[in-house]
Amino acid sequence: MALAQARAMTGALFTEEADPQGDLAGLERLALWALRLYAPIAAADPPDGLIIDVTGASHRYDGEIGLLEHMVLKLEAAGIKARAALAETRGCAYALARYGPERLLAVEPGGAGRALGDLPVRSLRISEAVADALGKIGVDRICEAEALPRASLALRFGHELLTRLDQAYGRTAETIEPVEAPEVIQVRRTLPEPVGAPEPLARLILSLTVKLCAALEEKSLGARQLDLKLHRVDNRIEAVRVGTARPVRDVKRLARLLCDRLEDVDPGFGIETLVLAAPSVQPLMWRPGAGDLIEPAKAEVTDLIDVLTNRLGGQRLYRMAPSESDVPERCVQKILPAAPPTGSAWPGRWPRPARLLTRPEPIQTVALLPDQPPVSFTWRGVRRRVKRADGPERIFGEWWRREGEEDAVRDYFQIEDEAGERFWVFRRGDGERPSSGDLSWFLHGLFG
Amino acid sequence: MEAMTPERPHPALLALRAEIKGIETGGRASREVLPFGLDAMDRRLPGGGLALGALHEVLGGGADAVHGAASSLFAAGVAARTQGSVLWCLARADLFAPSLAQAGLSPDRVIYVEAGADEGVLECFEEGLRHGGLGAVVGEVSRLTMTASRRLQLACEGSGTLGIALRRWRKPSDAARFDQPTASVTRWRVSALPSSPLPSPGVGRARWQVELIRCRAGAPAQFHLEACDETGRLALPADLADGSVPQTPRAVRAVS
Repeated sequence: MALAQARAMTGALFTEEADPQGDLAGLERLALWALRLYAPIAAADPPDGLIIDVTGASHRYDGEIGLLEHMVLKLEAAGIKARAALAETRGCAYALARYGPERLLAVEPGGAGRALGDLPVRSLRISEAVADALGKIGVDRICEAEALPRASLALRFGHELLTRLDQAYGRTAETIEPVEAPEVIQVRRTLPEPVGAPEPLARLILSLTVKLCAALEEKSLGARQLDLKLHRVDNRIEAVRVGTARPVRDVKRLARLLCDRLEDVDPGFGIETLVLAAPSVQPLMWRPGAGDLIEPAKAEVTDLIDVLTNRLGGQRLYRMAPSESDVPERCVQKILPAAPPTGSAWPGRWPRPARLLTRPEPIQTVALLPDQPPVSFTWRGVRRRVKRADGPERIFGEWWRREGEEDAVRDYFQIEDEAGERFWVFRRGDGERPSSGDLSWFLHGLFG
Repeated sequence: MEAMTPERPHPALLALRAEIKGIETGGRASREVLPFGLDAMDRRLPGGGLALGALHEVLGGGADAVHGAASSLFAAGVAARTQGSVLWCLARADLFAPSLAQAGLSPDRVIYVEAGADEGVLECFEEGLRHGGLGAVVGEVSRLTMTASRRLQLACEGSGTLGIALRRWRKPSDAARFDQPTASVTRWRVSALPSSPLPSPGVGRARWQVELIRCRAGAPAQFHLEACDETGRLALPADLADGSVPQTPRAVRAVS
């Protein structure tokens, strides 16, 4: 459509000159951002995309969908609307991200063929002319193109279509040329002979780490993140990324973190080049050891935290800290394991259960209104008679956090059965105003 | 031939005992212990307390084998009295941190790790024990084989860290398997008892029946105790402490 025609159709049309150079520069900047945040192998995919090899990176973000969600939310916060797809092959991810049915999509291993079938042939990264020619013979979807005999396809549409099909289905490999962050401290070692066994690789990593630490020391820096790229002889790049809780320049610690992840690396027919980079660094000055005459120095545990975080992912390692709320589910918050001590504690001397059920379980009770604890209750099919009880401890809804909690009330009771087992139960509602709750009973925790 | 007096055993016997002790402590001169601060309990434990640098097992009695509430508070009380940070390897993320604070374990000291299934827990457990900078490591495991517990025990001995294996099962019927042998130094079972009576209606301080089921170089024993206070210390119930019941703990009554 011509611009004049569009202007005639809508009164107020905002127009701007196309700026391919600027777009490309922006994409390169985004690729650097992805490189820092997500994975060591990231590149711009002009004109409108980013391609990131996230192998082994999803465990930090609650699985693959969690990773995609994180990316899209981060981009949205920066004012960029994005779609994301994750698949085994670059071609499949490309097609799904642009033409897929959902905004976020992660294809399970082995599911690329099924996911691709219904997409238009246009999504295969082929030229307009080839796509139009395919349309003319009635081939609209990828599965239709895939079903045609290969020889005639090649004759009629050239090799581009076949290559793209093979790449999308994972029959031929495709490499990503990763963007390299400028001014990053990195060391490189090219080997005369490819190496595949883990022990020599570990030795090579150690010697690279020594060089990197020397480079870091010159600038008084410590690494917060290390990227190890292993270039295989078949042009694939295997990448390992480790992070640390505090800046580190200790050769042994860094080499241990890297070697710990070596089992995830598939060396294929051998590794010929190793590149070790520190994309994220912080100043690290030598300081005399802490400690005084009264108390011995406290043992450092950040190295243990680093080892476990890199193995399990950052979400799985945390400390609990008090949070400003009386509602049991909201009174704890997870904080970073290496965060400085908060020094705060939960207020109040009401006993709290050792185990809190993730979801309060409904129980059947016999209880007097409005303020009496149950006389007996049935939980998970077992009826228990209550011998002793304490309560109620009334907890009010937090209207400033959630709509509809203005009137909500929970009355908590600590009750003990004949055998001495102690439970934390609550009743929804104060027993007088129907708007405060429906008077149903729940078991929420178990005391020790 | 003159009979040997019990005060002065034969020098060869003394040398032999020292040698056995040397083997048991892995060549180190003495093994440090963490006393409970209760004479009745400490008297029953070799060295007068829970051995540091050793693996201890805690399991809940009855329904607590599945819930793991009393057993985790018992473990928290022990961990609270050690120095330094505590690594807590969770199998299920249902531990309520405020209750640990009430058992003396301040939230600043505990690092939680959601390690997933048993294998993950054992891996983190061992990693924490080998580190050496932690005060105690607690691992919630259900299955603990002889080999796995031996690894953990060696890791404890190497670093001097106290290890607590919190045995917790998915089903009550599985708990019957706990009598399989492990390499742990002590094995405790904690079951809830009716709480301390109060002059007015209400729930008093929790009471536990704490059984020392297995103890290397010691005899089994059973105690009726009041649960951990805010410093992690157990106490003898007042009605038992004043002498109405013999203070010496009774032997295990039933043999299972």
